[in-house]
Amino acid sequence: MPTKHIKFTVNGVEQEQLVDSTWTLLETLRDKMGLTGTKEGCSNGNCGACTVMLDGKTACSCLVLAPEADGRVVTTVEGLETGGKLSAIQDAFVKEGGLQCGFCTPGFLISTTFLLKNNPHPSEDEIRLNLAGNLCRCTGYDKIVKAVERAANG
Amino acid sequence: MVQTFEPKSDYHVVGRSPIRHDGLDKVTGRAVYGGDVKVPGLIWGEVLRSPHSHALIKSIDTSAAEKMPGVFAVATNADFPSPKAGEIDTGEDVVNFERDTQNLLAKSKVLYKGHAVAAVAAVDRNTALEATKLIKVVYEKLTPVRNVDEAMAKNATILHDNLVGDHLGEDVKKTNVARHFRHEFGDVEKGFAASDLVVEREFTLQMVHQGYIEPHNATAIWDESGHVTAWSSTQGMFAVRAQTAGMLRIPESQVTVNPVEIGGGFGGKTKVYLAPVAAILSRKSGGRPVKMIMDRNSVFEASGPAPGGKIIIEMGVSKDGKIQAVATDLRYEAGAFPGSAVGAGAICVHACYNIPNSRIDGRDVVVNKPKSAAYRAPGSPQAAFAIEQVVDEVCDKMNWDKIQFRLDNAAHEGTRRGDGVMFGKVGLIETLEAVRNSAHWKSPLEPSKNGKLRGRGVASGYWMNGGNKSTVDLMLQDDGTVALNEGSADIGGTRTSIAMQAAEVLGLTAEDIHPYIPSTDSIGFTATTGGSRTTYATGYAAWEAANGLVAEMSKRAAVLWGIDADDVTFANGKFSSSSDPELSIGFKALAGKIGDTGGPVSSTASVNLGAAGAGYAVNICDIEIDPETGKTDVIRYTAVQDVGKAIHPAYVEGQIQGGAAQGIGWALNEEYFISEDGSMANHTFLDYRMPTALDLPMIETILVEVPNPLHPFGVRGVGEVPLAPPLPAVANAVADATGHRFPHHPIKAGRIIEALSR
Amino acid sequence: MPSFDYAAPTSLAEAVKLMGSSGTVRAFAGGTDLIDQLKTNRRNADLVIDLKRIPELQKLEMGSDGLHIGAARSCSDVHHDATVNRLYGGLADATGLVGSVQIQNRAAVGGNVCNAAPSGDTTPNLLTHEAVAVITGPSGTRKIELADFFVGPGQTVLQSGEILQELILPKPPESSASAYLRFIPRNEMDIAVAGVSSFIHVDPATKTVRKARIALASVAPTPVRARGAESVLEGKVITEALIASAGDAAVESATPITDVRGSAEYRRELVRVLTRRTLSICLERIGISL
Repeated sequence: MPTKHIKFTVNGVEQEQLVDSTWTLLETLRDKMGLTGTKEGCSNGNCGACTVMLDGKTACSCLVLAPEADGRVVTTVEGLETGGKLSAIQDAFVKEGGLQCGFCTPGFLISTTFLLKNNPHPSEDEIRLNLAGNLCRCTGYDKIVKAVERAANG
Repeated sequence: MVQTFEPKSDYHVVGRSPIRHDGLDKVTGRAVYGGDVKVPGLIWGEVLRSPHSHALIKSIDTSAAEKMPGVFAVATNADFPSPKAGEIDTGEDVVNFERDTQNLLAKSKVLYKGHAVAAVAAVDRNTALEATKLIKVVYEKLTPVRNVDEAMAKNATILHDNLVGDHLGEDVKKTNVARHFRHEFGDVEKGFAASDLVVEREFTLQMVHQGYIEPHNATAIWDESGHVTAWSSTQGMFAVRAQTAGMLRIPESQVTVNPVEIGGGFGGKTKVYLAPVAAILSRKSGGRPVKMIMDRNSVFEASGPAPGGKIIIEMGVSKDGKIQAVATDLRYEAGAFPGSAVGAGAICVHACYNIPNSRIDGRDVVVNKPKSAAYRAPGSPQAAFAIEQVVDEVCDKMNWDKIQFRLDNAAHEGTRRGDGVMFGKVGLIETLEAVRNSAHWKSPLEPSKNGKLRGRGVASGYWMNGGNKSTVDLMLQDDGTVALNEGSADIGGTRTSIAMQAAEVLGLTAEDIHPYIPSTDSIGFTATTGGSRTTYATGYAAWEAANGLVAEMSKRAAVLWGIDADDVTFANGKFSSSSDPELSIGFKALAGKIGDTGGPVSSTASVNLGAAGAGYAVNICDIEIDPETGKTDVIRYTAVQDVGKAIHPAYVEGQIQGGAAQGIGWALNEEYFISEDGSMANHTFLDYRMPTALDLPMIETILVEVPNPLHPFGVRGVGEVPLAPPLPAVANAVADATGHRFPHHPIKAGRIIEALSR
Repeated sequence: MPSFDYAAPTSLAEAVKLMGSSGTVRAFAGGTDLIDQLKTNRRNADLVIDLKRIPELQKLEMGSDGLHIGAARSCSDVHHDATVNRLYGGLADATGLVGSVQIQNRAAVGGNVCNAAPSGDTTPNLLTHEAVAVITGPSGTRKIELADFFVGPGQTVLQSGEILQELILPKPPESSASAYLRFIPRNEMDIAVAGVSSFIHVDPATKTVRKARIALASVAPTPVRARGAESVLEGKVITEALIASAGDAAVESATPITDVRGSAEYRRELVRVLTRRTLSICLERIGISL
């Protein structure tokens, strides 16, 4: 099994990991590093449950090989809060009830973080377009959209 | 004597929408789902699945897999003890031990593509997967039976040689129809003769999946003492315990199921697929913990989808707007083994109407597809797809108002349901009136500005809801907050709505109650979270336990004051002496002094509720269709539902919106696309097309409250009935837009174009 | 997945050398196709080569001979690029449709081309802009018309050891535009049931079509030019009726199959409709009204 030594930053902390060439970033985060907040729903990029921030852009971590993360900056759901305080987006999702089972929520939080960084006040259509890569089966998306609007508008 | 309750209006917690207790863990990634479980010494299990839809297993050679480095054990059906006779009810599904052990690992036959044949435990997931490729299975292919028509055809290939069908009380051999039953009252032939219009339509539906984003998972240890410990994302820890114990033929007290969060169930996570197999692998691996997670393809091909089938409905009406007779024939796909939701479908199909002459035939039909399981009001959405389109067609032909017709024929208290049971207090009429008064119904459908076709559809749906057994434990803390243990897996927010019901009795806030869902060893038996029973029945248990807590604390106040316990009253969060007004103490203050009055204070209540309050919903759907491509978009949607009493209105809205979204997806794009060889061609989220955020509008909800007299706060189950009306609401909207009926599900763009070109 | 090794060269020369390694070698950029294929055993590899760190393959700039798109440059970068939006509208359309935002952030236009799926969203538009493929391998660099790049579903003319380096899209003339539309059952996330890209260059004074290029996705074993429709248009004054005839003619170039995503009949109908609609969008973009 060819292994690679990678150095990357995860949730603000620089670290090194020995990874198998065939591992995905998702498996590395969950199984090697214990960061189980990022979820596996389908393993082929069609549900968005595994969405992480990679060098400032969202990516499905089930389709990123672990060695690709060498030298990169990764943010997962565990890295959204600062100093024990929830981000405005996390807070909005809780307060608006933008989650039920919560399995898709980490992916939505990362996608929303990316959206609001590039478009601080999106319209409902823009929200729906930019979140179309994250499937939710519980909410019908209503309260998710409202949570994003709440986070955007304060 | 069943207790009944009068509704109140001055609640201080019930009816508000506090922050959910599990919100923090879920937005930080801390919440532990079944797939996140880590225990020391963990190894992984993977499954070898059949490539054929129907075949005999001639031989299985596991020797090469067993020898592969990193492999601990291999299991097949032979590792199950011989199954015990009989069945158990998991709340939404029936588990037959003989059949279900064969479903988990095939015995002599594979009955659907993806049917598990063997399982391997190895040092990691990849090794286990590679090892499954070394298992040699010799199959003898058989003709696949792909739908109810093929199953019921003359000279059909028979799936189970030993299946004896019960056809209206007669034993029938060599059949794929496991059961044919009939409910009948009145005389439908006389009713049709008295009708001025009789409409008969045939509908077909394809199999669909609940589509939960989290795949099935289980971690199990079968230790040297014979005790099994399991973690599994499930709607019912006690159901996992019962099924695992039953299949392994050990006492239930030898199985402990630990709680984990669940990433969606909708009925599909009430049966087990992995836990008993993981346990067997664990035992064969020297008691190592074995973790198994289904990949997405297997979730589609080998878990429990909802049945498709065929429904034929004949409805006769008289000129005065009354239904005279309805005859319905339901043929539902059970999948590989008997036990579809046709029984529930038969109960639901006529349930929105007061029908004097009714006949319902139901058939449970086996086909070479994965064994069907419950999906949110199982059997009802399919039934509604059919009957609500017939009603729509009748109204079109007679030029009748679609709400008025439903009101004139509405089921109400005392109406006889299709299976003969009489309705208690139900709220269909109030729901229909709320629809008629709604902003959506009152606003005319604006024509589109760009040549697209627009249409509006309305439809009703029903679900009987469940009662069953639940237990709640309350433990008073010294700061006056209360720890609440309850046995209901939380799939939609029930831990908070149950906590709120206790808080209401105790005069506390929802935040003062700390709900926990403990293991099956730490809480009394609680039936599965399904059947829309949880807020109702476990809430009832919380109410009882809270009253018990108040009674115990009243005794302690009496000790504190040196008075008689009968002298103590509790109101507005305070304990007082009825004889001496000076003596009064708040709940939290008393909690601080409990140590002076005796030992710790706790209260347990267990309920077993027979009946529940049925739920009705009516949905309005506006649709826009591109006539050149058939592309269909829902542009406005309103779901109106009788919820009895919304304990947590925001959660109730969330349940309704989620069900509407599933129903819209089901109607328009979701289906098991079956190939020539009987396999599912579209077993990924790419081609099994569930709605994305871009495919839905905001879903407006209107909560009608006709309190259920059987519950202290008037609760009716709300979780399932939302999925019943959307299929026909969408179908009726498409019919309105195009002038064509779409009795064949799904209502795909290609079919729309084809109809428009005719 | 069965075992494979990984390499991430930082120069073209290093990449070419690695491509010559023994065993099955597969190059990738975004990986959104390859990694899925490796997981599901539809493709295998002994060595995967990540092309994203090679500067030449990340190019996105206008040269004297046209727009250079490095083969590893992401769809989302191309989608948001100002030059692409101004001059290659159909490519901006297509790159915004390749899966979700997450997929677009990773998937590369070059990868979409090399994957050579008949349903690829970017390839029809690249064909209508008469893109040139720059291929680098052990014997050096060669250029071919993209139209000659595709051999069959999933098959290209890339020889063993070769990689696609970049695509060059000639600068379009004034008074021209391109557009891409596809039909999917949902609003995003689907593979195209049928897709059409149109490019037209219209003389603003006479409204005569100087040049028309139309290409189709998902209706043939490879992305295919609708040359019949192009001849219907070229040299004629553009009218609604002409656009409709072009739509009819485009159907003749389609040889669709019936599969889980749609029937052949339905796909033909979509080609007719989407050809008309993309031509109308092109006119709007040029600023010509009929």
